[in-house]
Amino acid sequence: MFDGDGVLSYEDTMRKCAAAIAGLGLTAQGKVYDRTHVGFAVEAVRLALEDAGLARTDLDGLLLNPGVAWGQATMGAFMLQQALGLRNLRLAATVNLGGATAAAMVQQAALAIDAGLCTTVACVFSDRPLQPPDQRRSRAGEPTGSAAAYAAARSPATGNLDAAYGQFGTNALYALVARRYMHVYGTTQDDLGAVAVAQRRWANMNPAAQFRDVPLTLADYHASRWVVEPFHVLDCCLVSNGGAAVIVTSADRARGLRKPPVYIWGMGQGHPGGDPAENLASGAPLAMRPAFATAGVETRDVQLCELYDCYTFTVLVTLEDYGFCPRGEAGAFVAEGHTAPAGRLPVNTGGGQLSSFYMWGMTPLVEAVLQARGEAGERQVPRRDVVLVSGNGGLLSTHSTLVLSPLAS
Amino acid sequence: MSTPSARPIPEVSPALAPYFAAARAGRLVVQRCTGCGALRFPPRELCSVCLATEAAWQEVSGRGEIFSYYVMHQIYHPGFAAEVPYAVVVVKLEEGPKLTSNVVDCPLDEIAIGMPVEVVFEELSPEVTLPKFRRRAR
Ligand SMILES: [Zn+2]
Repeated sequence: MFDGDGVLSYEDTMRKCAAAIAGLGLTAQGKVYDRTHVGFAVEAVRLALEDAGLARTDLDGLLLNPGVAWGQATMGAFMLQQALGLRNLRLAATVNLGGATAAAMVQQAALAIDAGLCTTVACVFSDRPLQPPDQRRSRAGEPTGSAAAYAAARSPATGNLDAAYGQFGTNALYALVARRYMHVYGTTQDDLGAVAVAQRRWANMNPAAQFRDVPLTLADYHASRWVVEPFHVLDCCLVSNGGAAVIVTSADRARGLRKPPVYIWGMGQGHPGGDPAENLASGAPLAMRPAFATAGVETRDVQLCELYDCYTFTVLVTLEDYGFCPRGEAGAFVAEGHTAPAGRLPVNTGGGQLSSFYMWGMTPLVEAVLQARGEAGERQVPRRDVVLVSGNGGLLSTHSTLVLSPLAS
Repeated sequence: MSTPSARPIPEVSPALAPYFAAARAGRLVVQRCTGCGALRFPPRELCSVCLATEAAWQEVSGRGEIFSYYVMHQIYHPGFAAEVPYAVVVVKLEEGPKLTSNVVDCPLDEIAIGMPVEVVFEELSPEVTLPKFRRRAR
């Protein structure tokens, strides 16, 4: 149901955009409280410009993925433009496809640059969901997150019908899809745990990771508390304050800047619609076709994966969706160590959102840029010519793909 | 207002009023698109199959099977503090639509995907009766 046959032949219509990622900015991550969401965004852009050797006046495009702290700021990109003191932008948008946004912003930037609308675009994410300990609401008689979850359970159509049955929060909705997937394809609790363990091994080598100093075994995983079965707390992503930004510009311009360009070989999006518990797949099968076609690669050519990992489960589905493993076999693949340090297909080499930091789609993108440039230090992988980045939003609802490389073509 | 330990009682919104009226009378109903006949729940202002805006309510068998479920361990609402861990299920009705619900009189470790269930009605208040499900013979 996910092939686009009869709609478009991507191979005929797509062409490569000669664009590259030229700058990367990542603020302090996690329990950091010294800035607001706007402050983190400004800091991330400042760092990305400095990394690229560019000035603020070089920017003529600004794309913002607003985290939850931005609330309903429908003019978020304009707020950020003003905070950054940017004048005369020729491209701006507040973009939200959930976790698929970061890679989608890079695509939008590349297209706009390729079309000549603008030359140099900052793509930004920031959030500040965590409050300092002294400013947290008293928990006496008030269970964690109840007010927000209760409000979220209300919709115009259903009132709080779901809440009457005890259904609250996003973890639960993902758990329904994961449980169904496990039933249909035989994915096990050990399979989920294998993802948490493999990614933690990477995080233990990442100075920016919130779990840098905490080793993890499969036994630790099984002993960790349940949140909502089949998810232990270690199946779920972290929560982080911070900001992240990349600068996208033309491939030609990127070659003259401070850092080695990370070329955008291929890109695509796929948003399947329908019921994710029926689909039992992300939008990757749709998004990968134009991305791989324009990059001139196939699944077997991918050397390094930075995959969106809101849950351990998401990584397994995504590996299977991209064809790295048959359905139901990604868990065994991960448990055999193939995605861990020294494995043949490194996956989420910074620790991902499970073990490093939660910057939505920026988490895999940031690590892809570091690895492609050869700047990943102790965790640097040797084979990095074809880097796959995925973004996933909603309940496997939105998906974006990038194929990146340090090589021009 | 409810006491801190009370479970949330759903709001009888105009959209759901016919649903709760039927539940009070011991009948399970879902919305039926007048345009194409597609069944849906929860109610929506239009049909995403044919985009028609007219719809009626239709009684369904109340029989189905567990399509998926989870076991909640986290307390999001004080009304569930004494309930955790508890299961929330999605029941796929024989007629097609899926309902979020709970299974009554069934130990957590016996809840399984594919388990046949049938509707029962739990009275929460004079206005609100909640459809739930119990195991049935196949
Ligand atoms: Zn219809």
